[in-house]
Amino acid sequence: MDLITKFTNTLTLTVKDILPVLALLVFFQLVILRKPLPNWKRVTLGFLFVLLGLTLFLDGLEMALFPLGKVMAKQLSAPEFIFGTKTVPSGAAWYNYFWVFVFGALIGFATTIAEPALIAVSFKAQEVSRGGLNQWGLRLAVATGVAIGIGIGTFRIVTGTPLYLYIIGGYVIVMIQTIFAPREIIPLAYDSGGVTTSTVTVPLVAALGLGLTETVPGREPAIDGFGLIAFASVFPIMTMMGYAQIVQWITKRRLRTTREG
Amino acid sequence: MDEPNTFSGQITKMFKVFAIHIVGSFRDLVPIMGLILVFQLVVVRQPFPNVVDMIIGLVLVILGLALFIMGLEIGLFPIGETMAEAFARKGSLFWLLLFGFALGFSTTIAEPALIAVTKEASVVAAKGKFISADSGSMKAYALGLRITVALSVGVAILVGLIRILKGWPIQVLIIGGYVVVMIITVFAPKEIIGIAYDSGGVTTSTVTVPLVTALGVGLAATIRGRNPLVDGFGLIAFASLLPMIFVMLYGMVVFR
Repeated sequence: MDLITKFTNTLTLTVKDILPVLALLVFFQLVILRKPLPNWKRVTLGFLFVLLGLTLFLDGLEMALFPLGKVMAKQLSAPEFIFGTKTVPSGAAWYNYFWVFVFGALIGFATTIAEPALIAVSFKAQEVSRGGLNQWGLRLAVATGVAIGIGIGTFRIVTGTPLYLYIIGGYVIVMIQTIFAPREIIPLAYDSGGVTTSTVTVPLVAALGLGLTETVPGREPAIDGFGLIAFASVFPIMTMMGYAQIVQWITKRRLRTTREG
Repeated sequence: MDEPNTFSGQITKMFKVFAIHIVGSFRDLVPIMGLILVFQLVVVRQPFPNVVDMIIGLVLVILGLALFIMGLEIGLFPIGETMAEAFARKGSLFWLLLFGFALGFSTTIAEPALIAVTKEASVVAAKGKFISADSGSMKAYALGLRITVALSVGVAILVGLIRILKGWPIQVLIIGGYVVVMIITVFAPKEIIGIAYDSGGVTTSTVTVPLVTALGVGLAATIRGRNPLVDGFGLIAFASLLPMIFVMLYGMVVFR
C-alpha cells in the first residue's frame, strides 16, 4: 500500500516535470517549423514510457541507490570496522580510511566503463576521427580518470581539506595540458568530463560523500559532503588529454622508425 | 525498417525492445552490484540493513531506467534530432539560438539525476540550518536550484552554438570560464561551493547528452569548413561549466 501511494505521489511530480518539455517540442514543431508531428502516436506512447520510467526510477533510487551509497560509506568508515573501537581514537590518520578510497575509486571505474552516454560519445569520436582514436582506449582513459577523481575526492572528505583547492588545481593542470594536447581532442576531452557522471552514478556517488561526512568526526555535510561529482568531472579531462598525447607520441615515433627503416 | 502491421505484432515487437532495454539497464548495474557484494563479503563482513527494500528498489531502478530510455528513443530523440537538424539547416539565427536555449533548459529540468541531487541538497541545507526545515522552503530551495541549473544550461547551449557558428576556439572560452569560477569561488558562501561544483557534472546525463550532441554535430556538419570533431563537440563542456557559476551566484543570493 505504501509503495502505491508513494508511486502516485512521484507520478504527479514527474508529470509536472515532463509537461514543459513536451509543450516546448510541440510548440517548436507546429508553430515555428510549421510541420505536423511525425508519428504522433509513437511520440505519445514514448512520453508515457518516459513518465512511468522516470517515476519508477526516482522511487527506486530513494529505496536503493541512495541507501546503498550511504550504507557502504558508513560501514567502511565506521570506527568499529577501522579501529575495532566504538569511537575514533585520537591517533587516527587519513590512511586508516584506506578501504574507503579503494571503494570510491573502484565504484568510479565500474560505473563509468559501462556508462551508455560515454559509449555513445566515444563511438561518435572514433567515427569522426576515422578510427584514429580507439573507442575502448577512450573509455578506459575516462574510467581511469573517474576512478582517480573519486579516490582523491574521498581522501578530501576524510581529511576535510577545502574542495576548491583540488578543483582549481585540477583546472590549472587542464589549462597546461590544453596547450600541448592535439587540437582535435580538446572539445572531446572537455565534454568527457560532463558525460561520465550520469543517472546511476550521480546518486550513488553523492550518497557516498554524504554518508562519509556522517561517520568521519568533524565533517559538515553541506561543506564536505558534496564535491565527489566535481572530481569525477575534472579528472577524466586530464586522463583523456593524456591518452591523446600518448597516442600522438606513439604515432609520431612509429612514423619516424618506418621512415628510417 | 519494416513495421509489423498487426496490433499483436506491434505489441510483441515492443516487448522485445523492452527486454533488450531491461538487459541494458541490468548490465549497467551489474558492475556496481558486484563490487558492493565483493566488499560486503570480503572486506566489511557485517550484516546489511534493509536488504529486501534495496532489492525492490533496484528492481524499480532497472525497470524505470529501461522504460525511460525506451520512451526517449521512441518518442523524444527522433523529434529532437530531426528538429535539431531542421533548425541547423533553417538558417535563421534567432530561432536556432532560441531552440538551443529551450532545449538546454527543458532537458535539464527533466534530468533525473538533477531532481535527485537537488532534493538531497535541500535536506542537507535544512539540517545545517541554512534554510528553514519546513517542507515548503525545502521544496522551494530544491526547485530554485533546478531552475538555476536549467537556465545556465540553456545559456551554455546558446553560447556553445554561437561558438560553433563563429568558429571561436573552445579553449579560450572554457579557460575563461575556469577563471570566472575561480574568482566567484572567493566570494561565494562556502555552503554552496560543493553543490555548485557538483551541479556541473549532474546536469549532463541521460536526456541532455544525446540531444545536445546531435544539435552540435548536426550544426557543424551544415557549415562549410567546420570539422564535426573539433566544432561539434564542446557543447556539453559549456553545459558543465556554466552551472557552477550560476549556482554559486544563486547561493550568494539565497544564503545572504
